[in-house]
Amino acid sequence: MASVSVCQYHSGGFSFENCKRNALLEADINKLGFSSPAARKTGTTICGVVYKDGVVLGADTRATEGMVVADKNCSKIHYISPNIYCCGAGTAADTEMTTQIISSNLELHSLSTGRLPRVTTANRMLKQMLFRYQGYIGAALVLGGVDCNGPHLYSIYPHGSTDKLPYVTMGSGSLAAMAVFEDRYRPNMEEEEAKRLVRDAIAAGIFNDLGSGSNIDLCVITKGNVDYLRPHDMEHHLIHTCLNFAHGTTGVLTKAVTPLNLEVVEESVQTMDTS
Amino acid sequence: MFISHNFEMDSFSQNPEFTIHSFFTFLDTSIMAVEFEGGVVIGADSRTTTGAYIANRVTDKLTPIHERIFCCRSGSAADTQAIADAVTYQLGFHSIELDEAPLVQTAASLFRDMCYRYREELMAGIIVAGWDPRRGGQVYTVPVGGMMTRQPVSVGGSGSSYIYGYVDSNYRAGMSKEECLKFTAEALTLAMERDGSSGGVVRLAVISEQGVERQVILGNQLPKFSTV
Repeated sequence: MASVSVCQYHSGGFSFENCKRNALLEADINKLGFSSPAARKTGTTICGVVYKDGVVLGADTRATEGMVVADKNCSKIHYISPNIYCCGAGTAADTEMTTQIISSNLELHSLSTGRLPRVTTANRMLKQMLFRYQGYIGAALVLGGVDCNGPHLYSIYPHGSTDKLPYVTMGSGSLAAMAVFEDRYRPNMEEEEAKRLVRDAIAAGIFNDLGSGSNIDLCVITKGNVDYLRPHDMEHHLIHTCLNFAHGTTGVLTKAVTPLNLEVVEESVQTMDTS
Repeated sequence: MFISHNFEMDSFSQNPEFTIHSFFTFLDTSIMAVEFEGGVVIGADSRTTTGAYIANRVTDKLTPIHERIFCCRSGSAADTQAIADAVTYQLGFHSIELDEAPLVQTAASLFRDMCYRYREELMAGIIVAGWDPRRGGQVYTVPVGGMMTRQPVSVGGSGSSYIYGYVDSNYRAGMSKEECLKFTAEALTLAMERDGSSGGVVRLAVISEQGVERQVILGNQLPKFSTV
């Protein structure tokens, strides 16, 4: 069963080599009073739907580090192959690297078979890798694409279980998005209706989940064509209306003005290197 | 057979993002298999849960291992899917080597070997059922821990606790195919009624010399019992 792949698989499961080192580092850092860096997570809403001609994948664009937004416009829809894309929720590094590894292996596999890769192949590769790491790779994925057997959509959990369904949602905002899907999904929708459904599902996640926000990215995959719409929609009107309050909205009780007289001590000019 | 894994969750309890996905996806379930003259009837509910959220309400827990051998999966979704994939490969290879249809007992042994060898790491309760030319319809149960035994009727999953009494009192040897289908559907309906981790639709399959016939009983078509 010789197969060409980028990463050499060890025989025998998870490699615990670095765990002892990490534990020692953690203990040393804590002794000095610092805390080790928190993994950046994509508290997220991702979803996908199968429609008449293909699949529509959707994702929000917020990446959080604890309770702070680390990236306001990160891209959660990852390329796997020309006809297959994958949305990722969970630990940002894990989803990024996992999808890149499988994308690389799938390209080699595709060159070896001489065929366009199938979604079920990508699903197999992802689930076998995640199972091997017993859930320690925190990647929850929505995998979608169109191949010779039609459109396919899978949800893949960090422990390596997968479900093949016509509509799926993942991430912290998945419940809000699933509510929209359960209400309005129909089999064999038209493209515009499917895009509107996915957009509304992600919007539900953005508005009702703290871990999701910013813009909505969409990816429409059909036979022979992919529309990567980034950003498809920017959900910012809610924020802007809140920030402009008219004078006098809040009553003023007292007012004290202290003029600070500053004098210029030193003035220097540094030109920026814009070459 | 619902086991809480709360020790995993503590470090994540402050993080809203992990509220759902720090749980394992479970097939805590109701599954059942019955032998009859000429084949077997197998059935399962369709619910997969992550904590209190239903991740998939139309799961297919009746997984084909070979042309006339199926397995009913309960326990951890990831573990049972991985085991079933591995056994499907092993059995397919064995069948090609033999140039013959594999025995149901062989499939059950493969499941047992894997479930027993990795018993500390796995959470899988599996019922293997099928038809082979040598011994006809057979049901083998491989519960958590890796025991294997043949039984004329077997139930599994968290919902099975509620229907042992029903199954013991209503099973008769020598039932026909239709009687077995009715028996399985009613038993699973009762289990789904009482067990929170079971629900959705009832999936049934009949495996015999003629092949496999599958059917689905939707929620509103389930048999009705007293509405107390």
